[in-house]
Amino acid sequence: MPPATRWKGPSPVDVSFEVNGHRRTVHVPPHRTLLDALREDLGLMGAKKVCDEGTCGACTVIVDGRPVYSCMTLAVATEGRSVETVEGLARDGSLHAVQDAFIAHDAFQCGFCTPGQIMSVVALLRATPSPGADDVRRAVSGNLCRCGAYPRIVEAALAAAKRAK
Amino acid sequence: MTRVVRTRVEFEGSVSEELALVQDDDAAPWAEGEALGIVGHPHRRIEGVAKVTGRARYTHDLRFPGMLHARMLRSPYARARVRRVDPSRALALPGVRRVLHRFNAPKAAFRGEETIFREEVRFVGDEVAAVCAETEEIANEALGLISVDYEVLPHVVDLEEAIDDASPRIDDKGNVHEADTYSRGDAKRALREADAVVEATYRTPTQMHNSLETHGAVAVWDGDQLTVHESTQHVFGVRQGLQAALRIPLSRIRVVCDHMGGGFGSKGGVGKYTIVAAIFARELGTPVRCVLDRHEENLAAGNRSATVQKVRIAAKDGRMSAIAHEAWSNAGQARWVADPTGPTKTLYDVPNVLARSHRVLANTGSLAAFRAPGYVEGTFALESAIDELADRIGADPLALRRQHAAADRDAASGLRYSLKRLVDCYDIGAKEIGWPRRKPKGLRGSAPGLRRGLGMASQIWSGGGTPPAYATVHINPDGTAVVRIGTQDIGTGTRTIVAQVCAEALGIDVGDVRVEIGDTDSPYAPISAGSLTVASIAPAIRLAALDARAQLLDVASGVLEVGKGELRVERGHVVSAGARTPIADILKDLQNYTVIGKGSRLPNPEDLVLKTFGAHFAEVEVDPATGRVVVERIVAVHDIGRVVNPLTARSQVEGGVIQAIGYALSEERSVDRATGRVLNADLEDYKVPTVKDVPRIVVRFVDVPDTAANSTGAKGLGEPPIIPTAAAIANAVANALGVRIRTLPLTPGRVLEAARA
Repeated sequence: MPPATRWKGPSPVDVSFEVNGHRRTVHVPPHRTLLDALREDLGLMGAKKVCDEGTCGACTVIVDGRPVYSCMTLAVATEGRSVETVEGLARDGSLHAVQDAFIAHDAFQCGFCTPGQIMSVVALLRATPSPGADDVRRAVSGNLCRCGAYPRIVEAALAAAKRAK
Repeated sequence: MTRVVRTRVEFEGSVSEELALVQDDDAAPWAEGEALGIVGHPHRRIEGVAKVTGRARYTHDLRFPGMLHARMLRSPYARARVRRVDPSRALALPGVRRVLHRFNAPKAAFRGEETIFREEVRFVGDEVAAVCAETEEIANEALGLISVDYEVLPHVVDLEEAIDDASPRIDDKGNVHEADTYSRGDAKRALREADAVVEATYRTPTQMHNSLETHGAVAVWDGDQLTVHESTQHVFGVRQGLQAALRIPLSRIRVVCDHMGGGFGSKGGVGKYTIVAAIFARELGTPVRCVLDRHEENLAAGNRSATVQKVRIAAKDGRMSAIAHEAWSNAGQARWVADPTGPTKTLYDVPNVLARSHRVLANTGSLAAFRAPGYVEGTFALESAIDELADRIGADPLALRRQHAAADRDAASGLRYSLKRLVDCYDIGAKEIGWPRRKPKGLRGSAPGLRRGLGMASQIWSGGGTPPAYATVHINPDGTAVVRIGTQDIGTGTRTIVAQVCAEALGIDVGDVRVEIGDTDSPYAPISAGSLTVASIAPAIRLAALDARAQLLDVASGVLEVGKGELRVERGHVVSAGARTPIADILKDLQNYTVIGKGSRLPNPEDLVLKTFGAHFAEVEVDPATGRVVVERIVAVHDIGRVVNPLTARSQVEGGVIQAIGYALSEERSVDRATGRVLNADLEDYKVPTVKDVPRIVVRFVDVPDTAANSTGAKGLGEPPIIPTAAAIANAVANALGVRIRTLPLTPGRVLEAARA
C-alpha cells in the first residue's frame, strides 16, 4: 500500500487582481478557483458554491466585463484583471438599477442564485443596453433557479434596462 | 388564561389528535370586504436588499475562527456489510484531525436507529465514515485514504424489481409493506355495474429536490452549550433531533437558521451531517462545518419517490361512480411513505372509492418530503385517469369534473369545508385559457405537422395551519416594533408576511417592524412545510400585536389623559379626536419602558375541514416528428383564502408551476441497476428547468378570506401550485396527440414512441 501523500504541486503564489475596484493580492495554490479565492481568501460570500463544476451559474462574477463561472476560472488566471462581484454593485449606499429591479419585481425567492443572476444581467446590460426578452433569457440561461423566479428575473432585467435609459 | 385543549392536526395528508396549549381568546376575524391597509397589498420582500447585495448570510457562508471541515465517506456499493475500517493513512495526512466510523463513533440515535454509521450500508451514498480536517480540501483527500473492507451483498434498486418476489429481500419482512388502505361505498360492485371502466397503470419518476443550498450545518460549542447553524425548514425539529442523538438537555441546544437556500421539503429535521459536526466540534473543541456537495445532495438528501399506480375508474349515467387506486412507492430505506392516494379520497365527491398504498424498500437513497409529497404523484394518475374516462364516455373532461367538484363536505370525513371555491377556480381558469376552443382530438399546431392540445387538472391540499405557534411583539421606545417567532423563511416570503401582519394589527408601517425568525431561542413555530406556515403563525402574530397595541393604548391613555376607548393606533400614531401623537412621543417620557405583547395560535374549528383548492389549465404544442413538447401557457387558479401578499404569492405559484414542468417533462433520477449508482447526481445530467423552459404563466386567486378557518382568513400556498401542473400538461399532450402517455416525464423518446404507436 503506498504511503499517504499529500498533493505536492507548485507552491502557493501571489495573485494580484482588482476586486470591485480595489487592488487585492491573495496567496493561493495554483489550482485554487476564483470562487474559492473570493469566498475563502477574501471573505466575499456573495458568489455561491452550488455545484462547483460549471453547471449552475450561482458563482457568476464579471471578469474584464464578461460574465464567468468563477468555479471554472482559476484564481491565477485573473492576475492583473478586473473582477466584479455582487458586493461591488451598490455605490454610495444606492443599489444598482438591476438590484433595485430584482427587489421591485420579486425576482428571487430563497435568494441563493440571486448574486449570479444579477451579475449575468449586469453584464448583459453593459453589452446590450436595450435587450429584448430573448436576450435576457439567453443571458441567464446558464443560471439555474430552483425556486422558479425566472419570469420575474426576465421582467426585472427588462425593467432595469428601461430605467437605465 | 392558559388552558389545554385537544385539537385535530393535519400535516401533509395525515391527521392526528394533539394537545394544544391555548393562552388567549381569539380576535374577531378580519371580515370579507374589511378595509385592510397592509395585508392583502403587494409588498416587497423585507430582506430584499440583503439578498441582492450578497450580504445575506446563509449557512454555507458562515466561517468561525478555528473552524474545521467535516466530510463524509459514502458507500460505493448499493448494499454491503462494513467489516473493517482502517483510517490510519487518512489520519497520517497532515491537517486531518479525526475520523469517525462505526467502530469508534459514539452511539447517536437517528431516525429510529442507534447509530449514524450502520453495519450494513444500504445504498450508494450511505454514510460509512466522516473525516474532520483543517480544510475541506484536506478532508476530501483524506476520504480517499480510508480503507474499508466491504462484504458486498445482493441489492435491488428499481421499484418494480423490488416488488418482484424473485428479487433480493432487503428486509426480513420483505420489500413491500402495506402503508394505508381506505374504502368508502362499494367500489368493486360499482366497477362491475358501470357503463364504462378505464383501467390503467401510471408511472412517475424519482424527482430530486436540488435545493441550491445543499444540506449542511455548522456546530459551535461554548462550554456545554451547543449552537448549530443549519440550513433547515425547522429549527425546533433540528433541536429535537440533536437532543435525541447527543442525549443532552434541550436547554443546552440552540439552532439558528437565518437565510436559507431552499428546502422544498427535504430539510425537515436533523441530518447525519449535523450530528457529525456536533460530535467533532465537541471532541475537538472548535467549530466544525459539514456541508454536502452537489453529488452527495443527490444521493443522500432525499427525493420524491418513484411510483407505480394502478387506477380503475368507472362511469355510470355520465358521472364518475367509482375509483380504485393502488399505489407502490420507492421509499428507499425510509420508515414512512408519501401516500399518492390522498387526492383520490378527497378531491372529488365520488361515492365509491377504494385506495391502497404500499411502501417499497429498495437500495436507493430514501425519500424526503418533496413539496406536496404523494399528492403530486397521485394527482397525475388520478387526473390522467379521469381524462381517459371522459374520452371513453365522450364527455368534456372539465364538465365531468364539475359534477363532482361542488360538494361542500369532505367525502372522507363527512364534515363541512370551512370554504371551498373549486368551481370558481374552474370558471376563472376556463375563461382565461379559452377552454371552449378545446376539441376532443386536439387542434392544429402553429406549423404543418404540429399538434396543439388543452388540458386541465384540479388540486386539493391542506394548508389550514395548526397550533402550536407563538409570537411576541415588542414596541421599542422609538415606536418601532420587533416580532419574534421561531419560524423560518425558506424563500416563501415568510419574513415579509410576518411584518405585514404585525404592522396591520399594531397600526404601524411595515418598515418599522423588525422580524426575528429562525432561532430556537424564540417562541415556537411549526416546520415550514405542508403549506402550514401562514395559517399557523399569522393568527399568533396578530394576537401578539393586538396585545401590544392594547398595552400601548393603556400607556397612551395615561400619558394623554384621554379614555382608552377614544384612542386608536394608525400608521405609527396614537389618534384621538383631534390629535395624532407619534408612538415615540407617547413612550419618550417612560425611558426604556418596553411594551411586550404575546400571542398564540388557537386550535382549528373542530367541526370543519380546512383545505385549499385550485385548478391548472395547460396549453401545449407537440411535434410528433421529434417528440418535443412545448408548454405554451399555464393558467393557475387557486383558492387559498385571503392572499396576504399578492406580489410574493404570484411568485410562489410561478415557482411551483416551474418545478412541476421539470417533473412533467425532464426530471428523472437514473440509477444503474447493476451497481446501484445514480447516473445523474448532478445539475448537468439531471435536468431542472432553466429560464428557457418557462412558458407564459397566468396566476389568478379567488381571494376570498376563509373567515371560519382562522382570524386572518389566510391559508397556505407552498404546495398547491406544484400539485396539478404535471397532470394538466399530460392531459394537454394526450389531447394534442390523441394518444395517452402514462409515464412521466414526457420525454421526446416517450412522446415519439407514443406518436408512432
